[in-house]
This record gives sequence, C-alpha cells and structure tokens, in this order.
Amino acid sequence: MDFDIALILTQDGITNGAIYALLAMALVLVFAVTRVVFIQQGEFVAYGALTLAMIQAGNVPATVWMLVVMGVVLTVIRTVQGLRDGQVLAGLSAGLWNVAYPVAVAVLLLLLPLAELPIVVQVVLTLAVVVPIGSMMYQLAYQPIASAPVLILLIVSVAVHIAMVGLGLLFFGAEGFRTKPFSDAFFEMGPVLVSGQTIWVILTSIVLIVALYQFFDRTIYGKALRATAINRIGARLMGISPNLAGKLTFLLAAFIGALSGILIAPITTVYYDTGFLIALKGFVAAIIGGLASYPLAAIGAIVVGILEAFSSFWASAYKEVIVFTLIIPVLLWRSLKSHHVEEEE
Amino acid sequence: MKFKQSIMAVAALSLAASVAHADINVGVVVSATGPAASLGIPEKNTIELLPKTIGGEKVNYIILDDASDTTTAVKNARKLLTEDKVDVIVGSTISPASLAMIDVVAEAQAPMISMAASSRIVEPVDEKRRWVFKTPQNDQQMASAIVQHMAANNVKKVSYIGFANAYGEGWLEQFKRQAGAKGIEVVATESFNPTDTSVTGQVLKAMAAKPDAVFIAGSGTPAALPQKTLRQRGYTGPIYQTHGVANNDFLRICGKDCEGTLLPVGPVQMARSLPDSHPVKASAMEYVQAYEAVHGPGSVSSFGGYAWDAGVLLQAAIPEALKKAQPGTPQFRAALRDALENVRNAAGASGIYNMSATDHLGLDDRSRVMITIKDGTWTLLPQ
Repeated sequence: MDFDIALILTQDGITNGAIYALLAMALVLVFAVTRVVFIQQGEFVAYGALTLAMIQAGNVPATVWMLVVMGVVLTVIRTVQGLRDGQVLAGLSAGLWNVAYPVAVAVLLLLLPLAELPIVVQVVLTLAVVVPIGSMMYQLAYQPIASAPVLILLIVSVAVHIAMVGLGLLFFGAEGFRTKPFSDAFFEMGPVLVSGQTIWVILTSIVLIVALYQFFDRTIYGKALRATAINRIGARLMGISPNLAGKLTFLLAAFIGALSGILIAPITTVYYDTGFLIALKGFVAAIIGGLASYPLAAIGAIVVGILEAFSSFWASAYKEVIVFTLIIPVLLWRSLKSHHVEEEE
Repeated sequence: MKFKQSIMAVAALSLAASVAHADINVGVVVSATGPAASLGIPEKNTIELLPKTIGGEKVNYIILDDASDTTTAVKNARKLLTEDKVDVIVGSTISPASLAMIDVVAEAQAPMISMAASSRIVEPVDEKRRWVFKTPQNDQQMASAIVQHMAANNVKKVSYIGFANAYGEGWLEQFKRQAGAKGIEVVATESFNPTDTSVTGQVLKAMAAKPDAVFIAGSGTPAALPQKTLRQRGYTGPIYQTHGVANNDFLRICGKDCEGTLLPVGPVQMARSLPDSHPVKASAMEYVQAYEAVHGPGSVSSFGGYAWDAGVLLQAAIPEALKKAQPGTPQFRAALRDALENVRNAAGASGIYNMSATDHLGLDDRSRVMITIKDGTWTLLPQ
C-alpha cells in the first residue's frame, strides 16, 4: 500500500462515513425524543433513491400511492376519534389535511413531464413524496403506544421495517437502479481524483449537520425537541406536545434518510433492500455515540467509513466482520464506564 | 410393513401389466412460484410446447409446482412416482431441490432429468446418480470458455473479484483450477457482498497487482459495481464476467462502463446471431421460434431452453425404450434410463448431448459461446 492508495481509500471512507454520520444522527435524534430504535431508517434511504430513479425514468413512483393510502387510513382514524370525543369537525379537519396533501402530490406527479424536469425539481418532488411518510408512520404505528416500554417500540420498528422492505420489492422490483449524478465534474487534488458527486455528499452532510445544529439551538421547535429528549415528562408539563415532537422527529429522520438515498444513488446501485446494511452501519456509529451524543456519533460514523474502506482493501472477505466487530469493544467500554441503573420506563 | 408393501407392489404391477398400451407419463417438478419463479415459469411454458406423442405413444405431462422449496419438491417427486406412476421425472428448477430428489428417484428406480445447474447433481455417477441426468451447462464449461479466451489473448495474470457467497466461491475454485492448467496466474483474490455500496478497496488491490485482465464473478446487477469502479479508477484492460450477468438490467445499470465486457453464455441466448455453420444454430432456433410463436418476440430465455432439452433427450430415448418394455412398468423405467445414457448427438437448445456411463450431462464446448457488450447490446464474438 502506498500513499496514493491510502488517500483514495480515505476519501472513499469519508464519503461513505458522511452518509453513515447523517443516518447515525437521525437514529440518535429519534431515540432521544421518542425512545424508538429507528430500524426502518435504511428503508427511507432506499425509498428516497428509488423514488428519484422512478421519477427520472418518467414513471409515477408507487411510493406516492403508499402516501395516499396512509393518509386515508389516518383520516378515518382521526374522524372516528373525533366522533368518539364529540368533536367531529375538529377530527375531520385534522384528518383532511392528511388526504389533501398526498392527493395533491399524486396529481402533480401525474401531470408533470417527470423525466424532463431539472434535477433539482426531481429531488424536491422525491422529498415531497417520501418525507411525509415518516410523519404519518409515527402517527399510525407509534403515537397510540408512545408510552409503551422500549422493547415494545423496538418490536413495532422491526415489524415496520419488514413491511417496508416487502413493499419496496413490490414498488420497485428486485433489480436495482442508479440515478444521474448531480455533477459530472472531476477535480484533481494532488494524486487523488475527486468526483463532483463525492463533494456533493460531503458538503451536503456538513450543511445538514450545521443546519440541524442551528435548528436545535435557535428555533422554538428545535428547543422543544431537545427538551423532550432530555426529560419527556418535564417537557410535557411545560406545554410541549409529545405527539408534535414525535411527528416532527420522524419527519426530520425521514428527510435525512431520503436525502442520504438521493446522495448515494448516483455513486452506487440501490436495491429495495440496500438500506438495511447502510442503516446498520449508521447504527454502529450511533452506538459509539451511546445513542445520545451527536458529535460522538458523527465521529464514529467517519471511523466506521474509513475502517470499512481500509478493511475492504486489506481483507475484503472479512470486511463486514471487522466493521461489526467494532461494536464489541465499544459496548465493553461503555458498560465499564457507565453506572448501571435498573429503570423501568 | 414390508410384506404389505410388497403385496401392494405386486398388485400395482399386475394392474399396470394388464393395460396393454398405457400412455407414457412424464412427471414435471418446476419452481413456478417462489424465489426461483423467473426461472421456473419459462420452463413450465416450455413443457407445454413439448410433443404430445413420442414414438407413436401418447405422452402425458403432469406438472407440479415446488414453490422453490426443497421439501415440496421431494413431496412432489414422491407423489408423481407413487400416485401418478410416472415413467420419468423432469425437474426441478433449482439445485438444492434437484439434489434432494436424487434419493427419491433412485429408491423408486426411475430416471430423472434435472434442469438445475450444479454439477453435483450428476457427478460422480454413483449407485444413486445412475438415475439422474441434467441439461444445463456446468460452471466448469463456462469457466473453460473464459480461460480459453484469456489464453488465446495473451492474458498471463488475472485479478479475481467475486461475490462473498457460494456463487463466488464456486467460480473461484473452478477458475483457479482451469487457469492454473493453462499457466494463467491469479494475482489477486478479492470478494464483495452483493449489497455493498462501495468496492473501491477491492478494486485498488486488484489493480495494484498489475493484472492483464480482471475477472468479476457475480450475478445480476450487483456485478456492475466493481466494473464501474474499475473504469472510474482508470483501469483500461479487458474485464471478464460470468453468464450470471446476461440480462438487460445489467446493461441498463452498467451503461458505457460495460463496453467491451467479455462473457460466456449458452447458445440459445444468441441463437439468432449464430453463424449458420454453428452446430447448435438450427436446434436452438427451433426452440426460439416455437417459444416466441406463443409468448411473443424476445420472450425466450436460456432457462426455458433447459426444459426444451429435457424434451429433446426424451424424444431421443423413449423410442429406444419402447422397443424393450411397455410404459408404466419398472422394466420401462430401467430401459428408459439405459436409453438416456446412450443418447448420442441429440441437438438441443443449449448444445449437443452425448451421454455416457460416466457423463450424465453430455455437453461439450459447443454448449457455450463467448460474447461481448458492444454499443450497449450483446454481440457474438468470432468463435
């Protein structure tokens, strides 16, 4: 191994690590606010990438029908709740938004010449389809059991994950897709050829991390989420709605997942089941951060990415083993460091 | 229990013997549903195209679906042999199911023609595999096409990048052995997972060994990733792939990075482009036309060809067996087995079959052709 190869591997590791960092941060966010282990994060990556691929191929992505169905189910539930509470109108109006939005997006997708649109519009449309699925998913699957133990929430996550993988196969088929790159440019940095797409990935990740930092530090909603993450009951007593916090968190996580998918789709082939392994590596990074610390999770993600790149060079047959074995010393160190407290939530 | 069984066997025998001219019953086990359905469906469609009379006798095809499941395949085989009293079994689509069915047909002393790829289905020809034949090419035939092409084009050092699963392992073993015999050195052995999003490390290692060519052993669209990475990293030498990538999704994903890729395929896939002098051209075209007349242009696949070739073997063997015994009897099953083993120069969609007591596949180098990707489509190389 010479210096050039090391540089190329480091660059490759950082590109992948940037994606893992985004996913790890979303995992930390979702766990901190709602105590949900967000296993289906990977499916949002795949849905984002494949929905964009469908749009670029000029087809209406099937994910929009999933959005419509979820919206209708949600409206029925809200209306029934309204009926029970004697507030039919409130329930209905709260529910209607859930139908109006997906239908509007679906009509837009049916009318627009999808394949000819500029890539920015295609990306915006993709996000418009995939991101609201996150919020609706929270309302359908998690909101009714928001105070259940972590284990129950985990089981629900596993169920949602499996359902989403199955639906992904139905929507996009077994074969993978690649999307057009955002930029065909190549830059020479010393001995290394850096592709424009790599710079897009790293820049977007940095911008997103800074934006999230600003969001949590400066805005009232961000502060509300942070308060909920620190102390759920206390936040509630301060008038922060746990439902709103949950919806907002899932919306953000779905946005991060879908955007990650859009970023990697031109670099690699994305399949309906690609997301899980990517999310699992984000999960390893999140564990390094103890499912609590954003900076540690981000650093962990870069470590995972670089370790993956170098182990694929030195011992490609054992690459996954090396990456996932990393979690054992981390867990050992964490269990030695932290004082174990029995707590029933 | 044993006594009861033998009574029943005698009763069944006398019943069968009493029918003077019984039809020939062919039991078919295909994976028409489940993960292997994309292979099993064209096979099932092809069985429906096979002749309804052979050697003047009526032939009944009894088709059962094993849902790509080994247990169901074994159950189906038992049912066909005991209840439907079939003379021969065609199937199954996938290797694990075919391997499991060997015990069943050997016990019932009935011949079986598998449509699955694994060479272990017919090798070695032992007491049980006496009864088993198969139609798809072995991997070693495909590997030998690649190695021959390499040797003819002065490739001395090859880097190997393959799937980290049974597919990649199997190819590595075959390839290493055959390349070694021709004096071709494997200078790097790298593996990757079909779900990997980056193979930069493997590709750099493969390139660092300064090979004359790179061989990628993967199936379907995941095999495009190492090839794209190789081209992006500036590798300009020849790249070989396996027949596992020979579908149009691979062309779509790989795009211009796949120009010039070299790979072996069965002749049926390139039937139209084969020169008229090619020994398999006529028989392969016969199948292509029969299938496309029913299912539309471009619908043909090599998997259906394996079912067609099972039919070709039966058409060659059944008239011989009829000279010795009546259908529906154990004697006919045995005679059919002997006749299958003596099939000579039977031209099918995938090659020319020459069976022998030690070779129950019977295909030779005419069973595959080298092709390349040119202008985004599959193009036959001069043979």
